[in-house]
Amino acid sequence: MDAGSMNSSSSLKAQSRCPLQQQFLPRMNSKENLDRFIPNRSAMDMDYAHFMLTEGRKGKENPTANSPSREAYRKQLADTLNMNRTRILAFKNKPPAPVELIPEGQSLHHQAKSAKPRRHIPQSSERTLDAPDLVDDFYLNLLDWGSSNVLAIALGGTVYLWDAADGSTSELVTVDDEDGPVTSVNWAPDGRHIAIGLNNSHVQLWDSASNKQLRTLKGGHRSRVGSMAWNNHILTTGGMDGKIINNDVRIRSHIVETYRGHTQEVCGLKWSASGQQLASGGNDNLIHIWDRSTATSNSATQWLHRLEDHTSAVKALAWCPFQGNLLASGGGGGDKCIKFWNTHTGACLNSIDTGSQVCALLWNKNERELLSSHGFTQNQLTVWKYPSMVKMAELTGHTSRVLYMAQSPDGCTVATAAGDETLRFWNVFGVPEVAAKAAPKANPEPFSHLNRLR
Amino acid sequence: MASRTVAKDIITLRGSAAIVSEFFGYAANSILYNRGVYPEEGFVKVKKYGLPLLLTQDEGVKTFIANLNAQLSEWLEGGKLQRVVLVIMSKATNEVLERWNFSIETDGEVVEKGVSREKSDKEIMREIQAIMRQIASSITYLPCLDEPCVFDVLAYTDKDVAVPFTWIESDPKLIANPQMVKLHSFDTKIHKVDTLVSYKNDEWDEQ
Repeated sequence: MDAGSMNSSSSLKAQSRCPLQQQFLPRMNSKENLDRFIPNRSAMDMDYAHFMLTEGRKGKENPTANSPSREAYRKQLADTLNMNRTRILAFKNKPPAPVELIPEGQSLHHQAKSAKPRRHIPQSSERTLDAPDLVDDFYLNLLDWGSSNVLAIALGGTVYLWDAADGSTSELVTVDDEDGPVTSVNWAPDGRHIAIGLNNSHVQLWDSASNKQLRTLKGGHRSRVGSMAWNNHILTTGGMDGKIINNDVRIRSHIVETYRGHTQEVCGLKWSASGQQLASGGNDNLIHIWDRSTATSNSATQWLHRLEDHTSAVKALAWCPFQGNLLASGGGGGDKCIKFWNTHTGACLNSIDTGSQVCALLWNKNERELLSSHGFTQNQLTVWKYPSMVKMAELTGHTSRVLYMAQSPDGCTVATAAGDETLRFWNVFGVPEVAAKAAPKANPEPFSHLNRLR
Repeated sequence: MASRTVAKDIITLRGSAAIVSEFFGYAANSILYNRGVYPEEGFVKVKKYGLPLLLTQDEGVKTFIANLNAQLSEWLEGGKLQRVVLVIMSKATNEVLERWNFSIETDGEVVEKGVSREKSDKEIMREIQAIMRQIASSITYLPCLDEPCVFDVLAYTDKDVAVPFTWIESDPKLIANPQMVKLHSFDTKIHKVDTLVSYKNDEWDEQ
């Protein structure tokens, strides 16, 4: 079709052009003809001159130029640059901006992206505390740092609280010998209530402000409770019996769901930041991802994903603070690997052999880094850059496997407890945000300015 | 028997436009979920294209995508739509971090003469499914979006399209020196959609 119309116009053109070609100088005659076909006279003249100089002999190419060549060139240029052909449109009304739910999003927000000087990571621990009678058991979770900046550690049958603000220590509770030792401690999100898992399968809830026991959860597990995780008012407990139980601490019959998937002791238990997904790791080398929404509607036993790649017990689990469905997991002595999972699809994204038992994992809340704690032979802490998994630092000091790790509420300091019965503090994730100090500085400025004006 | 299958696999311009615009709706939802533009708890799971997909429950986003789809269908039926781009930008700086580019080639003959084409629904669904899978797996190579982000959708239309009342002309929101990954494409025999994601180079890897 295009070709057809081109032919007809070219034949017309041929009629008007032919005379011109022959009578270059006396062109007054042909002017009428030209005007009928090409209204833009000045452009036509240029076209004509150009034609005479360059294209005169190539008869075939000439007729197609039914518009001035300049126009054609512009059009072709615009076409290739996709300017003329296309109109780019967008809605006037923009989609709503997401609401920030995760508190660490704010600090990320403030962070200056361009200036990123290499951070110095101190090679030795900032502080070392004695932790006598710390149970040297891989499967337990005896250290937790609450949101009110108080660290809880279980030494034998006693739970001690160490206030990071003033360094003071207090004893919360000592359980009876037949009930203990304490096998897990976990702060509720409010930083005031704390759950204490015991060797006799009970879980005690304490109010740290009044030093009073609130209640005891029992009847769920048949053996020791080595792992716990809070999700608002739900306390999830993992037992040596392989069971995972969601306890609603507000109601009398507290057992609301039971997840059955592990055949051996559950030693790692972590809720995602959104509270939607629970990751559990067991001595049966398995990781399960449980979905909160499907658990309530369907039968409680069905896991969302069953991840079978580790070849040893999985205690170290850590949800990525900046990517909601990214989970890091570490395998025990026979496995030695850190693996990364997309918990939406269940795909293993990466696997790194660390060469040593992985006891615990923590993400840096402010940078894309991961901290792992290890056992034999170096008993070290390793800082990894994510996602390249380049080692940024190896911190040594502990003389036995580093069983437990906990992160301060500001995300900067990490406490570690090891089989050598010491509790060490490492300033591994940098100094507290500078941006937090800069913000209030900006505010007084306009006021002082006003004062001066008056 | 043969005639029945033929009748079933006929695809019209209208049907094709519906398939393509519906695809954009699901693809946009999937991108917003997988890239964490909106919090994951704001999404619900549905079954579509033989896959579990996630749809936003945020009324604002839902309305935005519904309005978008209505307009895209209209353009698709007129053969006026060349490309749809979902842009992910930093909320703080408006810097463009990711562009999800869906190029559309329309069979001109179908638009002009109103003829139909033949392709089975099943085959189209399979092709779309492959793209959806790729979107879900994209987080394995895309850089982490570690700051709050917003999104926008650009429609590249023919020049002769009248700008609807609710739309404005926009700049292309390009990324300087981007990394590009081409994903699968699907073809209804009337509209062919090529998918490509381009993203900002992750300076982290170069340090």
